[in-house]
Amino acid sequence: MAFDSFSEFLAMGGHAPYVWSAWGVTALLLLATVWHARVEQRQLLKGLKRRARRQNSTRGTAQ
Amino acid sequence: MWAFIHKLGSPKWFYGISAKLQPWFWAAAGLLIITGSLWGLAFAPADYQQGNSFRIIYVHVPAAFLAQSIFIAMAVSGLVFMVWKIKVADMAAAVMAPLGAAMTFVALFSGAVWGVPTWGTWWMWDARLTSMLILLFLYLGVIALRGAFTSRDSASRAASVLAMVGVINIPIIKYSVDWWYTLHQPASFTLTSRPAMPTEMWLPLVIMVLGFYSFFIALTLMRTRSEILRREANKHWVQELVTGQAVKAPAEEAR
Amino acid sequence: MLAVKATLVRDLTLLLRRRGEVLNPLVFFALVITLFPIAISPDPELLAVIAPGLLWVAALLAALLSLDSLFRSDYDDGSLEQLLLAPQPLAALSLAKVAVHWLLTGLPLALMAPLLGIMLALPAGSYAVLALSLALGTASLSLIGAIGAALTVGLARGGVLLSLLVLPLYIPVLIFGAGAVQAAIFGEGVLAHLAILGALLAASLMLAPWAIAASLRISING
Repeated sequence: MAFDSFSEFLAMGGHAPYVWSAWGVTALLLLATVWHARVEQRQLLKGLKRRARRQNSTRGTAQ
Repeated sequence: MWAFIHKLGSPKWFYGISAKLQPWFWAAAGLLIITGSLWGLAFAPADYQQGNSFRIIYVHVPAAFLAQSIFIAMAVSGLVFMVWKIKVADMAAAVMAPLGAAMTFVALFSGAVWGVPTWGTWWMWDARLTSMLILLFLYLGVIALRGAFTSRDSASRAASVLAMVGVINIPIIKYSVDWWYTLHQPASFTLTSRPAMPTEMWLPLVIMVLGFYSFFIALTLMRTRSEILRREANKHWVQELVTGQAVKAPAEEAR
Repeated sequence: MLAVKATLVRDLTLLLRRRGEVLNPLVFFALVITLFPIAISPDPELLAVIAPGLLWVAALLAALLSLDSLFRSDYDDGSLEQLLLAPQPLAALSLAKVAVHWLLTGLPLALMAPLLGIMLALPAGSYAVLALSLALGTASLSLIGAIGAALTVGLARGGVLLSLLVLPLYIPVLIFGAGAVQAAIFGEGVLAHLAILGALLAASLMLAPWAIAASLRISING
């Protein structure tokens, strides 16, 4: 361990705002891209299902 | 060989195989990034000169590597699309761009933040940061150009051309900016030469870089699959996939 | 070859008829240079320090502004489509158009720059290099910029997008162009900078025409 205690770890020898803001922004962006990708996938599938239901219900009738 | 490449280009085939590959890359990404982060943040020794602020390297360098690699991957995908007309290549290129831009921003932000305790300033016009900033503009240009066309095919081809023009310029820009600004410290980690850091500092960096690359592959697979669904929505296999039932082709549906 | 010459002559004639279009970049150049002493300080010592960069950036922006009209009028009246249908290689014809653009935009900017250099107290011994670096550099800028112009000619508000696309690609030329003038002021390395500018021009001459042709095809077919 490079630090003697957890509070020391958080303090990062006085460099806490820099280290944690850099890591924080990185983590935020990585998680945000994943979250956005999952929402995108879910919304797409929902929309496609809805479309398929509509098409199936009108199939057989004159278009 | 060509049959394999064209099979690779079939959206349906790609959709199937990427479903199997995805979980592995997500697992690898998660494992590597968490391990690398813990190691880099808590176990690697502090730098003699920079103290604990040097730990920013564990996000800055992987992000910077990704920023450059993704642009190259995007340009190569564009080339594959233009030459062999493989649509999946264009879909991948389209989804790669935003992540590349995000990684470039992370590299810029972490680099700037790192500059405060190191040089006492929020922004330094040194070679690395300036090149990263220009790269961000190149990404934004490709994204903007793709969005400006109403015809998808034109958008794809225009974005491919611009990505290829951009990728040729990147080494020229880097060389020019390197020559112009001399303040940034020399590269601490390259793939071919021994790093200037001791192993305990260097290993977690390698792990983080591998983790970031796995993340990039996993995310690209995932978003390309969504893009496939979006573009191939009218195909039977998509409709079958979505509704879970066989689609009966009505008599009047044209082939 | 005949078709290339014909394109050259046609474009020259058309552009010379529109005197305003030829003069606009020059007036813009002068205006922008005028803005800086007003905005910063008229102190000649300060101006002398920033003059090389200012002159180069202002010339670059003036050249950029004139790019939008490179293909637009031909696109609007359909002659661009005719060019695509011609049996001659589109790359060669594009090169002819870009050559005219440089002759009537880049070269005049390069020749006018020393005059504006005087106004910015540019130190002696760098005026010839200023003109030469701009002449070489604007040729590359025309070639690279034409790629962007070709990509955006079919878009509704392509002008702003054009700047966004092209400016990052301009940076190497800017670095070595302004650097050449700086080198002339401080006494050494001028030839190296000019050589690199020449190399950038050579590379642009070899690669840009193909990219321009491909981009024109995309814009017309879109």
